[in-house]
Amino acid sequence: MAGSLIVKNIETYYGPIMAIRGVSLEVRAGQIVTLLGANGAGKTTVLKTISGAMEPQKGSVDLDGEPIVNLDPDVIARRGIAHVPEGREVFPFLSVEENLLMGAYSRKDKGVRNDLHAVYDYFPVLLEKRAQAAGFLSGGQQQMLAIGRALMLAPRIMLLDEPSLGLSPKYVAEIASIITRLNQERGITVLLVEQNVKVALDISEYGYVMENGRIVMEDTTERLKQATDIQEFYLGMKDEGVRGGRRWKQRKTWR
Amino acid sequence: MEVLQILISGVSQGCVYGLIAMGFVLIYKATEMVNFAQGELMMLGAYLAYTFINVLGMSYIPGFIATVISMAIIGVVIERGVLRPMIGEPPFAVLMITIGLGFILRAVAGAIWGTETKTLSNPFTGSVARISDLSVGYENLAIIVGTLTLCVTFYLFFRFTRLGIAMQAASQNQLAAYYVGIPVKRIYSLVWALSASLAAVAGVLVAPVSLLEPVMGFIGIKAFCAAIVGGFGSLPGAILGGLIVGVAEQFANLYLPPGIAATTAYVMLLVMLLVRPQGLFASIQQKKV
Repeated sequence: MAGSLIVKNIETYYGPIMAIRGVSLEVRAGQIVTLLGANGAGKTTVLKTISGAMEPQKGSVDLDGEPIVNLDPDVIARRGIAHVPEGREVFPFLSVEENLLMGAYSRKDKGVRNDLHAVYDYFPVLLEKRAQAAGFLSGGQQQMLAIGRALMLAPRIMLLDEPSLGLSPKYVAEIASIITRLNQERGITVLLVEQNVKVALDISEYGYVMENGRIVMEDTTERLKQATDIQEFYLGMKDEGVRGGRRWKQRKTWR
Repeated sequence: MEVLQILISGVSQGCVYGLIAMGFVLIYKATEMVNFAQGELMMLGAYLAYTFINVLGMSYIPGFIATVISMAIIGVVIERGVLRPMIGEPPFAVLMITIGLGFILRAVAGAIWGTETKTLSNPFTGSVARISDLSVGYENLAIIVGTLTLCVTFYLFFRFTRLGIAMQAASQNQLAAYYVGIPVKRIYSLVWALSASLAAVAGVLVAPVSLLEPVMGFIGIKAFCAAIVGGFGSLPGAILGGLIVGVAEQFANLYLPPGIAATTAYVMLLVMLLVRPQGLFASIQQKKV
């Protein structure tokens, strides 16, 4: 199961507003790559452009060497890209199990039952609540359901948009460990957008930083953690001078 | 006994409203647009049945089936040709398109079949079932039984089949349906097929009771009231709303001064919107902001 993704120079608009100003990034098969950036930087738009929910004006997106740009989102999903959107988009009036089975709607193979059991193994709480309407689950459980449903697609690559948004620290840790396990045990490539920068840097190998619709920095997460900009802007570490103030020269902005 | 008699004719009238209302609700739930040509689809179904049975000389049941199948195809053609290019346009524009579609269908039917009334030959007319003191026309029985059968079929379809559940999924969360690989556009076409064939069934069933004429589709407006009374967006609500409106209309016909009965559906619509705007079965989800 491969799952390499090459995004080249995409430009995406919301009406007249240019949300993505030429973004290129690469996710190699089997990697976990994270996309960081402040609110409104365009991270979600990049994911939507990859999964086909938005069409770019320019640029290309290749999945394992095949161009997928301008295909319908359901076609792209069937090609093996599972997008877990921000805000736990479940089917609220369907039961948990129906939600999961809908994840495998396009599959005809015999592995669906196995994958259902695998999802219940990863998320035992879903097995407990399998007959309940998904709308009645808690936020964290809905997030697990959304990830589980994406897993049912047997994807080559998963796009995760803010999986820890609004979750308690316990759920954040659990979801982070599940993402790592999915990557290692099932070989699923992951492109992760996350507000919780510390967690994101901990579980991924490589990272991109976005500002105002552009990539402004990219490196291995080891080195990103050392970068002073990342430390200041995202991890809240401040290097305070002897006099307790900061020199004006160090104060910089990307805006 | 008289009350019971009126109740039965009200129920049979209400079933027709309910069937058309279900067509409204199906399309609304799946695609979030209101198809004001639903009544005209019913009219078209009735005329197609007339063509198959009276003109081409097919017998009733095969003619019925042929009508339903051709209406399903017409539904798909309308969705593909007229509604799909409107994706992303403002809801008001889509609504105007469906109203225009209604006008066109009426005009086309008038041009093909003529504006004078026609009668669909059917095996029911004239025969009356007697249950103790009640006498019920077979055409009314056919409407009630047909509606019941359809309701059960629809329930089973939406509850247990993969396609039915996928239709629910696409209506509950369109974007998520796309993301899990459900072919949402094809589902929309199928919803239109389903809704048009529902209209066809309503048209064939109602034809023995009322006469065929191009303006018979105006009944769709009353069905629209019924759908709102039942709670727009709920299939059981559509049937129940239809029954309530149908029964109330028959009673108004008998007990109120002449002419008032024609306004019953609209009065009920106004009252319902004032008292309980979400309808009897409030199933529409609050839109997330």
